[in-house]
Amino acid sequence: MTEPFISRGFRGRRQPGPTAARLPPGQYETPDFPVLSAGPTPRTPLANWDFMLRGADGPVARWTWDEFAVLPHESVTADIHCVTKWSKLDTMWEGVSVDALLAAAAARGVKPAPYVLAMSDGGYTTNLPLADVTGGKAWVAVKFGGAPLAPEHGGPARLLVPHLYFWKSAKWVRQLRFMEHDEAGFWESFGYHNYGDPWREQRYSGDP
Amino acid sequence: MATRGVSSVIAATPEPSPGSAPAQRAAIAWRLATVVDVVTETPRARTLLLDVPGWPGHRAGQHVDVRLTADDGYQAERSYSIASAPEDPRVALTVLRLDDGEVSPYLNDVLRSGDRLELRGPIGGYFVWNVALGGPLLLVAGGSGVVPLMAMLRHRAAMQARHAVPARLLYSARRREDVFYREELARLAEADETLEVTFTLTDEVPPGWTGFGRRIDRMMLAEVAWPPAERPHVFVCGPTPMVEAVAATLVELGHDPARVKTERFGPTGGS
Repeated sequence: MTEPFISRGFRGRRQPGPTAARLPPGQYETPDFPVLSAGPTPRTPLANWDFMLRGADGPVARWTWDEFAVLPHESVTADIHCVTKWSKLDTMWEGVSVDALLAAAAARGVKPAPYVLAMSDGGYTTNLPLADVTGGKAWVAVKFGGAPLAPEHGGPARLLVPHLYFWKSAKWVRQLRFMEHDEAGFWESFGYHNYGDPWREQRYSGDP
Repeated sequence: MATRGVSSVIAATPEPSPGSAPAQRAAIAWRLATVVDVVTETPRARTLLLDVPGWPGHRAGQHVDVRLTADDGYQAERSYSIASAPEDPRVALTVLRLDDGEVSPYLNDVLRSGDRLELRGPIGGYFVWNVALGGPLLLVAGGSGVVPLMAMLRHRAAMQARHAVPARLLYSARRREDVFYREELARLAEADETLEVTFTLTDEVPPGWTGFGRRIDRMMLAEVAWPPAERPHVFVCGPTPMVEAVAATLVELGHDPARVKTERFGPTGGS
């Protein structure tokens, strides 16, 4: 298209400046917390729940729910951006940072590797570079808005990686597997972008 | 409304499977479509029939992103499911008007035949079905969630796959006047003994109504759905609480969670 296309008669509903500045391109703010997942919501009893970090060369660190609960938890306030266009500002979470998990797992011989695959109940997976889950950028969250995370929002625990589109924040996460080579996760193999930076509008495979 | 006869090619690049190395693919380009016709479906929804130059073809269940641009450059984007079969040369979008929405009122109230509309797609490779995947097919719709499921039924009809793929649609709407594609669904079901269409109305049941008159529940699903032993392909699309309840109940009834594909709508505060 040589000249920008204008939609005849479209005025739009602009957000106030401070809000607009926090919305990546193509996003709009919602006060709700929409639910998007590809299948039925898994419901794992806490007694059967565990969480694992698996190093590329095999060692595994594993925590039961009670063991996980005594790891250092942090409060996180973040804006989240879903690839389906909604953004929600100032969401409040509580969880264990991936940094803290790696520190605890190091004693059990688990070393990080350049890529990580988050694996969830129900078979969902998503892939991320190590650099995007370390350095205070990612958590395994167990609370939202001060309350235990509801199953439809990924409870009992979901990955929280707020700087990427929210499909990277895997619901019902049970394992982080560190890998020497990148592997496409679930949506990444169904046409969605491999990295998913909302500020560069990397929604779909092939987006710059 | 379902036009047929034009062969369509599914031109999408083969999808990699989870676990393979990430594939690099061409970007999904923005295209300038032209509205060739507008069909009123209900008092609050209409279908836009679009001519999309260079459209690469789609699979039933996929969606497009629509982008509106104001004269000062402000833009708004939303996703809409494709209602038309891949065999239809026009791309049809059925848009429910959300009173507090930003884009859907424009698409319902302002846009008219001859206008142009910017979109890109098709998008989504999971909530899709084609005849080659086989059946039986169980489709459960809530409200405007019927749109991608209608694309599947139109595809099935266009492929004349009735004997290969028996299908059932359970469609929940608030009132009778909110039902999309009412006449076309009746026509399809009448002409096809392997298609069963069941309606349920949740808010108001008119005199003489022969469908169900309540929210979809366990008893209704047990009655309408294929038995789990038939291993149906299940697609559920609608508002989040409805999809949560239906998907959970289907799993309780013994359906394999891996065969229950869902797509949830809002509440999104307007789209």
